[in-house]
Amino acid sequence: MKILVCPLNGPRPVTEFAYGGEIRHSPDPATCSDAEWSSYVFNRSGSPGAKYEWWCHIASGFWFVVLRDTLRDEVIATFPAEAVRQGLLTETRGAGR
Amino acid sequence: MPHRLLRFGLSRKHPEPRMFARHDALRPAYDVVIIGAGGHGLAAAYYLARDHGIRNVAVLDKGYLGGGNTGRNTTIIRSNYLTPEGVKFYDDSVRLWQDLAADFDLNLFYSTRGHYTLAHTDAAMRTMRWRAEVNKHFGVRSEAVDAAFVKRGIPSIDMSCGGHAPILGALFHEPGAIARHDAVAWGYGRGADRRGVEIHQQTEVTGIRLRGGRVVGVDTTRGSIATSKVLCAVAGFTPRILDMVDLHTPIYVHPLQAMVSEPLKPWLDPIIVSGSLHVYVSQTARGELVMGASLDPYELHATRPTLDFVEGLAAHMLDMFPFLSEVKVNRQWAGLADMTPDFAPIMGLTPIEGFFLDAGWGTWGFKATPVCGKTMSHTVATGRNHPLIEGFAFDRFARYRLTGEKGAASVGH
Repeated sequence: MKILVCPLNGPRPVTEFAYGGEIRHSPDPATCSDAEWSSYVFNRSGSPGAKYEWWCHIASGFWFVVLRDTLRDEVIATFPAEAVRQGLLTETRGAGR
Repeated sequence: MPHRLLRFGLSRKHPEPRMFARHDALRPAYDVVIIGAGGHGLAAAYYLARDHGIRNVAVLDKGYLGGGNTGRNTTIIRSNYLTPEGVKFYDDSVRLWQDLAADFDLNLFYSTRGHYTLAHTDAAMRTMRWRAEVNKHFGVRSEAVDAAFVKRGIPSIDMSCGGHAPILGALFHEPGAIARHDAVAWGYGRGADRRGVEIHQQTEVTGIRLRGGRVVGVDTTRGSIATSKVLCAVAGFTPRILDMVDLHTPIYVHPLQAMVSEPLKPWLDPIIVSGSLHVYVSQTARGELVMGASLDPYELHATRPTLDFVEGLAAHMLDMFPFLSEVKVNRQWAGLADMTPDFAPIMGLTPIEGFFLDAGWGTWGFKATPVCGKTMSHTVATGRNHPLIEGFAFDRFARYRLTGEKGAASVGH
């Protein structure tokens, strides 16, 4: 059983969590081009690396951020959801997608 | 070992027959370079050489032949899809499968079994009727059948599925079949090799050289090659190759796991799929049950399997077949599935001239091996997308013209 350490609930089996995908920032729909918008809607950073992801502890409904190496399945760090708004997630893959 | 046999084995006069030649070095240039020596890549090489006369072709693989998803799938072949594009495409594939063994002069253990997609709810029955009608419209033998028909076809099934998911009916697809997946890669590999194609294993592509928006060469761990055409057929490794040419796609990678039981006496003739229970199962000629389920729930680029998977799948198998409770699981493994948002592949031309893609094959690629080879070889040879793959074009996302195959492509989505 894989274990994920939740910032609120501590170490829990990974089956208690839902994966919410990589954190992505939408372009401004009022000013971006059609190509930028469709790229935002569909395209993903598919290759492996350290990615910031949304995860939710289902039983407590608690959303948080995980920085995870998707090649080795290793959690590098976890953050409260506020970190996204506060701009604290600095380590990027440089993919810019 | 008897002495006479050993002498025979060591004799130079009787070398072990090889399926394909080993080449010491790469040539400086090829007409076409195919990345990925799986079923899809080798099939494309085979048809390029056989049907289009293009023989100066290299197939490169960073691992070994057929070591990716070609050797990791559950070998189910069917064409009971949902969209007209999908049904026509996979039906062509099923027809190609049926005389592939004669083509190769190699036994593929192609075995037509009949394929049941079980429906446990009214909503699922409605989808089965929809698929049956689309299938019949294109001449594919599929029928929505009732519970009594299912019970006659699979006498050993618990029709109540443990009491919590009673079977109401099914989509029955008569041409559903299984085959020996390694033999498919070997057959295409040998056929391509005999026609002059070079297969280079343990040759990793490290870069693709472009000039003015077109392909001019490929860098590998064994040297550089000049070429104007590259076909990328690498399943779960697609995003890493696309990064080399700076192409962006919706492809995301999750592991897909499978397992086999110990061998049993033959008792399960048809192939059984249940979307509600997240199970597909068939019994091989050896007697093993080959079982699969839905995708792992999050992105991962590693093939280490999990105990959670075995527990979950075994529980659902026991819902259908409680008498298997003493049967042991022999092996489990995982492959990397390159998923797309509409559960259809991404095939053909790309914005980079000379760079062709055969990807997005997620959990549904094995059955399409022959037709992918046919259509991709046509596309590479002529520089135009084959008519059968127009619904799978690279630019369909930018045009919001998706080919929604989710209802028929796999289980548990």
